[in-house]
Amino acid sequence: MPRTVRDVVFVDGVRTPFGKAGPKGIYHETRADDLVVKAIRELLRRNPGLDPKKIDEVAIAATTQIGDQGLTLGRTAGILAGLPQSVPGYSIDRMCAGALTAVTTTAGSIAFGAYDAVIAGGVEHMGRHPMGEGVDPNPRFVSEKLVDESALFMGMTAENLHDRYPSITKQRADEYAVRSQEKAAKAYADGKIQADLVPISVRRTNPEGGETGWGLVTADEPMRPGTTLENLANLKTPFRVHGRVTAGNAAGLNDGATASIIASEDFARENGLPVKMRLVSYAFAGVEPEVMGYGPIPATEKALAKAGLSISDIGLFEINEAFAVQVLAFLEHYGIADDDARVNQYGGAIAFGHPLASSGVRLMTQLARQFEEQPHVRYGLTTMCVGFGMGATVIWENPHFEGDK
Amino acid sequence: MSTTAELLKQASDLFPDEVVTSAHVRHFDLPFGAGRFALITLDNGLDHTKPTTFGPASLANLNTAVDQVEKEAAEGAIVGVGITGKPFIFAVGADLKGVELLKEHEHALAIGKGGHEVFKRLSKLAVPTFAYYNGAAMGGGVEVGLHCSYRTVSKAIPAFSLPEVFLGLVPGWGGCTLLPNLIGADKAVSVIIENSLNQNKQLKGQQVFDLGIADAIFEGADFLEQSLNWTARVLTGDITVERPVIDRGEAWDQAVAKGRFIADGKVHGAAPAAYRALDIIAAAKDEDLQKGFDAEDQALADLIMGGELRAGIYAFNLVQKRGKRPAGAPDKNLARPVTKVGVVGAGLMASQLALLFLRRLEVPVVLTDIDQERVDKGVGYVHAEIDKLLGKGRINQDKANRLKALVTGVLDKAEGFADADFVIEAVFEEIGVKQQVFAEVEAVAPAHAILATNTSSLSVTEMASKLKHPERVVGFHFFNPVAILPLLEIVRGEQTDDASLATAFAVAKKLKKTAVLVKDAPAFVVNRILTRFMGEIQNVIDEGTPVEVAEKAVEPLGLPMSPLVLLELVGPAIGLHVSETLHGAFPDRFKVSPNLKAVVEAGKRGFYVYDSGKPELDPEVAALLKQGDAVLTEEQVRARVLDAVAQEIGLMLDEGVVAEAQDIDLCLITGAGWPFHLGGITPYLDREGVSERVNGKKFLAPGVASVPA
Repeated sequence: MPRTVRDVVFVDGVRTPFGKAGPKGIYHETRADDLVVKAIRELLRRNPGLDPKKIDEVAIAATTQIGDQGLTLGRTAGILAGLPQSVPGYSIDRMCAGALTAVTTTAGSIAFGAYDAVIAGGVEHMGRHPMGEGVDPNPRFVSEKLVDESALFMGMTAENLHDRYPSITKQRADEYAVRSQEKAAKAYADGKIQADLVPISVRRTNPEGGETGWGLVTADEPMRPGTTLENLANLKTPFRVHGRVTAGNAAGLNDGATASIIASEDFARENGLPVKMRLVSYAFAGVEPEVMGYGPIPATEKALAKAGLSISDIGLFEINEAFAVQVLAFLEHYGIADDDARVNQYGGAIAFGHPLASSGVRLMTQLARQFEEQPHVRYGLTTMCVGFGMGATVIWENPHFEGDK
Repeated sequence: MSTTAELLKQASDLFPDEVVTSAHVRHFDLPFGAGRFALITLDNGLDHTKPTTFGPASLANLNTAVDQVEKEAAEGAIVGVGITGKPFIFAVGADLKGVELLKEHEHALAIGKGGHEVFKRLSKLAVPTFAYYNGAAMGGGVEVGLHCSYRTVSKAIPAFSLPEVFLGLVPGWGGCTLLPNLIGADKAVSVIIENSLNQNKQLKGQQVFDLGIADAIFEGADFLEQSLNWTARVLTGDITVERPVIDRGEAWDQAVAKGRFIADGKVHGAAPAAYRALDIIAAAKDEDLQKGFDAEDQALADLIMGGELRAGIYAFNLVQKRGKRPAGAPDKNLARPVTKVGVVGAGLMASQLALLFLRRLEVPVVLTDIDQERVDKGVGYVHAEIDKLLGKGRINQDKANRLKALVTGVLDKAEGFADADFVIEAVFEEIGVKQQVFAEVEAVAPAHAILATNTSSLSVTEMASKLKHPERVVGFHFFNPVAILPLLEIVRGEQTDDASLATAFAVAKKLKKTAVLVKDAPAFVVNRILTRFMGEIQNVIDEGTPVEVAEKAVEPLGLPMSPLVLLELVGPAIGLHVSETLHGAFPDRFKVSPNLKAVVEAGKRGFYVYDSGKPELDPEVAALLKQGDAVLTEEQVRARVLDAVAQEIGLMLDEGVVAEAQDIDLCLITGAGWPFHLGGITPYLDREGVSERVNGKKFLAPGVASVPA
């Protein structure tokens, strides 16, 4: 049977405001599945052209798939969101790149012709499910020295990355972090972020966190606008004595969810759905687990090679800021300045937060906004590092590109 | 301290055990830049199984919250105020435990005024107010929202009502006055009167919206988010709420008249609550809200100090609490599993029982009878009823297939009952026949199987007496119609053991019946009292009182139907049979009426004909009646009948037929449909002085179903 690979597009994406994990966090009394359910419902309200019956799959990522993040979340979230029972769903795990993988995996199936339209997203409630909850690493990892012991502790892998790039100092990392906060604050002030946020009602019964009763969350909780280098200079380096990685130049522990609609371009156009980005290529790559943050570099190499593009073709970058050092390593590798205007224009995870498996779609939603505003840009990429030594990159084309006209 | 606060402080001193509801105030920015908002959350700190209520301290908390938002609104610090509830619950109204404790009219008045004073403030803030009915809302819960400028409701709400009239109150924190002014008198009468008197029917979210009580409806999944989104758009002017104009003309009066007609049909003027509510609704036509609120306060106080409400709360608690934890039932851990049920007989009663066991237990049910034709008819009846449920969408095709496959009929008891855990007989009411049937069942059923009898008047002990294992026989007396009347009298024979009894109670629970433990005494509870009651009516007729006088004599009780209409429903032949049984047991108190006998022998099915649309004495029956010349007045008849009932209940309690008077009342409410305002019957007999006149004492301690001393 002859087949034609179909173009796949990013139709739309939304996310909940991100919260700080822990007893005082905004989502401390909110279930993880409710977060992703509300994101899916908002997505469908925003896109009335998408008949829910025509959704072929709901792929939802979570790193810790137990409790309210378990029970085959893609399926249960679909039912809880009110999708028809005929719509199937499943769960995905690639740690931090969960939602990104939900997008690429379903995109591959769309290109193949198995699906026309899907919901892809992710959720991580790190307050309810701390990193490493319930894990049971095989003892051979250590006995056979398959990985360095630091591989399981993301902050330590970030210190290791500083070792690999001695030129990336704590000072540079802190400067990067301050800029991230500044850019995020400006993006908020300019109204670039709010349009894709899903307001979430939250209950608080413990007065330690603030006023009790029901409230409404409409903005990211982790943001620290006005952060200065001085603020960051004396923060503790919890992962290594005299180290470089601090709570100020890394993303925090966060709660949040994202959801997106991915479809074949023909389906989107036939159903009057927006086409915000066109998928060009994607790639995943493994690296030594103890320098996990190096992952985006080989992943991007692969993705560029598959697309027949070079790094100079990329006009916009959305790089997940798990750690400032990991972004800086990427930039240094490609000879891009630390403050290059193409990179993370709205700021990044250092400001907004990084609820692990949900973050990939946040990168896409922000890149999609930037594409719309900057029709002179043809290509952009979203990339992130992934726990246990991986990188993930997706290259997108701007459908608003006007350069050829 | 304001007067409202003082009022509530005094009231809360009287009610130290109140489960207090907090009113949390939380601030946040609304979407669309609509501004700063204050949301009040009503929360008693317990989970959804303990719904949020309003006692005096709870009202005081809400008052404090309103103090805060009132100030913020006046200062321009907020653009609106919302009120909502904890998960699954908005608020379910006044705390009835607190109402029961009230002894003084002025305290009762304070409860009404206190609620009004607090709720009213929500309508007088400098900013608009919004109620978000997120979950169950009843009574004062509904009313607090009616004082707000706008309301939204969740599609997922299972229960929304103004149940006050059902209990014996009026919606007295604004309901009677505000609801008709919001949705019109006709719809308000449906909610306040008709639903309440229709077994406290609850509205679902969609109906709340369709009636116009809520201005917007949203799905449960993100109800609060969407409500707040809607709020923001109302405040920014993007949404304008439009409500239909209320018809304040003749339609208003017609609605009130309709309400009176409904009330007359249900309580026959015997309980005041519905009429008091209707008076206030009628007066609400002129939109003088304060006058309406004052009338509500007065009505609440009068009703709280009246016997009908106390009896109503008592009855409500009997059904909700005692009905679920039967007095005298053995340890439920003794119950044996029931995985297959046998039914002896395939007649109408047996088939109805088979259907009930099938639907509730979902285990194999086997019918047996004396010939194949009867067996087929019985199974056919069950199948047809399953198809009806399927047709109505009450069950799906898979469930219908499952249920049909579970019901079978056989001629051979050995084949049918060899692995049955519970066998119930519904054969002819003749002790010899029943003993024979049980002997046959015992020969083939497993040694542990419960043998249950649906006898209405025969001795369970005698029925068991010839068996090898009489300890496993229990009485399992249902009331017609089996699918509707909740009561199940569970009869302990002299030899019945605890395990068998526990199994019977466990089965009753699964059948969703209200089980009451009854001693093996003639005609048990309901039939004995009804027969004594009817017998006395019959006696006065036989002695010479005209039928219509005898019938009208008990109208002030507000029973669901008149004695002779009830007799018609039961069937004169069955009524006669039970009276003969009881005459055999207690010849001096239970007579067999020669007139009733004549009616039965003439093959009449009732005393009335309905040719004119109203019941009229059947001329053929009239011709049969042979009456004496002692003509009594209605008052005299009523006294005789009530005296007889009080005497009988007194004797039954002395005999230990049930544990307490409460069980008698529970039986009459759930088995005979006797009304809440009578509390069954003993609260009424107590408050009318009948109990003391007949027995020298009241049935219930003061405060149990009356104003405490």
